[in-house]
Amino acid sequence: MSVDVLHEPSVIEGRPTFHEINEHITKPTEVRPDRKYMIALAITSSLLALGATCMIITHWYGIGMWGNNNPVGWAFDIVNFVFWIGIGHAGTLISAILFLFRQKWRTGIARFAEGMTIFAVMTAGIFPLMHVGRPWLDGWLFPYPNQNKLWVNFTSPLLWDVFAVSTYFTVSAIFWYMGLVPDFASMRDRATVKFKKVIYSIFSLGWRHSNRHWQHYEMMYLILAGFATPLVLSVHTIVSFDFAVSILPGWHTTIFPPYFVAGAVFSGFAMVQNVLIFVRKIFNFEHIITLDTLEKMNKIMLATGMMVGYAYGMEFFIAWYSGSPMEMFVFVNRAFGNYAWAYWIMVSCNVIFPQFFWSRKIRRTIPLMFIIGVFVNVGMWFERFVIIVSSLSRDFLPSSWAYYTPTFYDIGILLGSFGLFFTLVLLFIKTLPVVSIAEVKAVIHGSQPTHKGGNH
Amino acid sequence: MQEKVLYAMSALFDTPDAIIQAAESVQKAGYKKFDVNTPYPVHGMDNAMKLKPSTLGYFAFIIGIFGAIMAVAGMGYLTGVDYPNVMGGKPFFALPAFIPITFEVTVLSASVATVVIMIAFFFKLPNNSHPVHNTEYMKNVSDDKFGVLVEAKDAMFDAAKVEDLFRSLGASRIIPIYYDLEDIRTVGNIFRPKFVLFLAIVVFVSAGLTYGVLNRLLFIPPFTWMVYQPRVNAQQKSNMFADGSGMRNPVDGTVARGWMPYRYSGKPDEAGLNLVNPLIPNTHTLDLGKKNFDVYCSPCHGYLAKGDSRLRGQFPNPPTLHSDKVRNWTDGRIYAVITDGQNSMPSYSRLVSPSDRWAVILYIRELQRALNAKQEDLK
Repeated sequence: MSVDVLHEPSVIEGRPTFHEINEHITKPTEVRPDRKYMIALAITSSLLALGATCMIITHWYGIGMWGNNNPVGWAFDIVNFVFWIGIGHAGTLISAILFLFRQKWRTGIARFAEGMTIFAVMTAGIFPLMHVGRPWLDGWLFPYPNQNKLWVNFTSPLLWDVFAVSTYFTVSAIFWYMGLVPDFASMRDRATVKFKKVIYSIFSLGWRHSNRHWQHYEMMYLILAGFATPLVLSVHTIVSFDFAVSILPGWHTTIFPPYFVAGAVFSGFAMVQNVLIFVRKIFNFEHIITLDTLEKMNKIMLATGMMVGYAYGMEFFIAWYSGSPMEMFVFVNRAFGNYAWAYWIMVSCNVIFPQFFWSRKIRRTIPLMFIIGVFVNVGMWFERFVIIVSSLSRDFLPSSWAYYTPTFYDIGILLGSFGLFFTLVLLFIKTLPVVSIAEVKAVIHGSQPTHKGGNH
Repeated sequence: MQEKVLYAMSALFDTPDAIIQAAESVQKAGYKKFDVNTPYPVHGMDNAMKLKPSTLGYFAFIIGIFGAIMAVAGMGYLTGVDYPNVMGGKPFFALPAFIPITFEVTVLSASVATVVIMIAFFFKLPNNSHPVHNTEYMKNVSDDKFGVLVEAKDAMFDAAKVEDLFRSLGASRIIPIYYDLEDIRTVGNIFRPKFVLFLAIVVFVSAGLTYGVLNRLLFIPPFTWMVYQPRVNAQQKSNMFADGSGMRNPVDGTVARGWMPYRYSGKPDEAGLNLVNPLIPNTHTLDLGKKNFDVYCSPCHGYLAKGDSRLRGQFPNPPTLHSDKVRNWTDGRIYAVITDGQNSMPSYSRLVSPSDRWAVILYIRELQRALNAKQEDLK
């Protein structure tokens, strides 16, 4: 018997039956939450409450509660916005781009990553809405016929951002929901309680697993993946335009779009990896979210981390090559000036620590990869901090130079954003199937016909 | 009790190979209204069921193109026609700057439309009253079995024959599916009063909320509270300064920007000798002069400066400006009259700026010449 060397190893370990998969994936949604879950929820919702309090105080007294000053008008608010949008990008990359590349290992993590995308974009969206200073007027961000007879400025990157982020959220949410529909149908048919059955029936839209439907459904999934792929690239490109279209040295560079997208994928994968390590342990999904999958994510982090490192180097080269004294000053100041501590945190976390992933052993050791993932997220947060704050604090006019220090409210809202994100993640894993049931069934051993009759 | 109405005969199979074979056999047997239900999409099933390729992509394409055109046309209209405004030195129709939003609108409209069209028109969902719901058959195919069903509406349908076919294919179970009689009565009737009322409430509440919040609420206190900040307005009291006034006078000797002192106050003859009109007559200065003359001078002096006041005797009529005296005055002498006033004419120095005064003088000269035209002017 010949060995098929091209045959991929199964992405799901062991040989579970279809029924076992059904049981296993829906189990967390059907049993009562245990003590560990409640403790985790208590921690995240406390952080959320802290953040909400700080936000309410900020809404009441205005953004003077923050450390923002002149010239540092953009600080934690925009740093957090860019950070969270970036976290979201890994989800779309996994669900759409890896789908188009027919990477079957994405199956186990796609649903979860998509959910994280939605929560991250929700978290990110709060920041620009607060940053405008009068959040009750946020409706003016959208072009609608208002009584002021004014239209928004369609040529401004800040408005592009409004369109990009809202489109991204809508398309991600649709993509996520459409993936959930067949799973809602499976859960509907398992439900024994009337109340649950009604809810699942509503959300399943009456899905019948019909092959006349599956045919269009698969086409729709392909089309949405095709749309989501350029969309995710456009979103962080447009976010980078917020900076690149300005004339501030340190912001006005053409490398920003690819550099921001690579950084977004980098930090997003780190966040997905961190959270999945807990999820697979707590819910015993080790055979569905396998160590191989985590290893592949670590490889992507290594690759995107080096792209980001290349961009750091290239920024310095271009600053020197441009011959512009302003540019040169900003980059020397970035590495050795008032915010040098932030710069070196960024470089060590983003460029140096991920190099450990060259070792297969570290890529497959869960505690080590977890620590490196945390470092990556710290580093990527500081990357946005360095770009935004260090460039602004030393602008063209030395008389207006100032040092930015966050206040209690800045830090409270940052912690609150983590609280919001993880609270949503926790509620999600307890109410919805965190792994796509239909997709996993389709990739396990023996799920597809062998076509022995030669009818293929 | 009414008799049960058969919807379909269904059979369950255990393996994907068996269901592919079953689908092929049912299709070859000539049945048209049959369906295969599997917990996940089985490869090769489209071929086995002889399904036509999905046309969903065309809809996505058409709606996407439509969205792109609407975005470009909409932005072009809003920034170029409805509210033209120069932004960053860009043209009103700044196509490169429209690209990001055009792309986003294209993706948004195409994605939403694809999903809505698929659910509503391709699938005819949501439909929770379909007869297969809540059956043993449905519970199995959404878990781990593979099912095929032939509807009773099919032209060739014969329950016994279908059952034989399923049995010969090695079905593990054969289940007849019946209509739910309650569902038959209500299915397809979306105009039930409760539902229509629900839709009406949704429309009114969402439209009312949107209108109320965006156009009313935001202009009502306390949502306008940033207008009422602790601050000192002009002419208010303030304890900050010794004199208790919130307003400050400029420091002595301050000269306003663009203001030049007038040295000939009360000395009109001197002004007539020394001041020279800095403007030359051209369409622009004459136009400016006419505008100012019509606004400030013509009520008393008349549009043609003949002294034909429009004030109907409420104010003494001034003499004509076509007298020899005024025609022989220098520009500087007239300037002195406008600046200082004369007899009952007040000073216009606060109302008409110096350059506008010179323009008015040019216009007066033009009027004088028009009413006393020489022979050579007529050529």
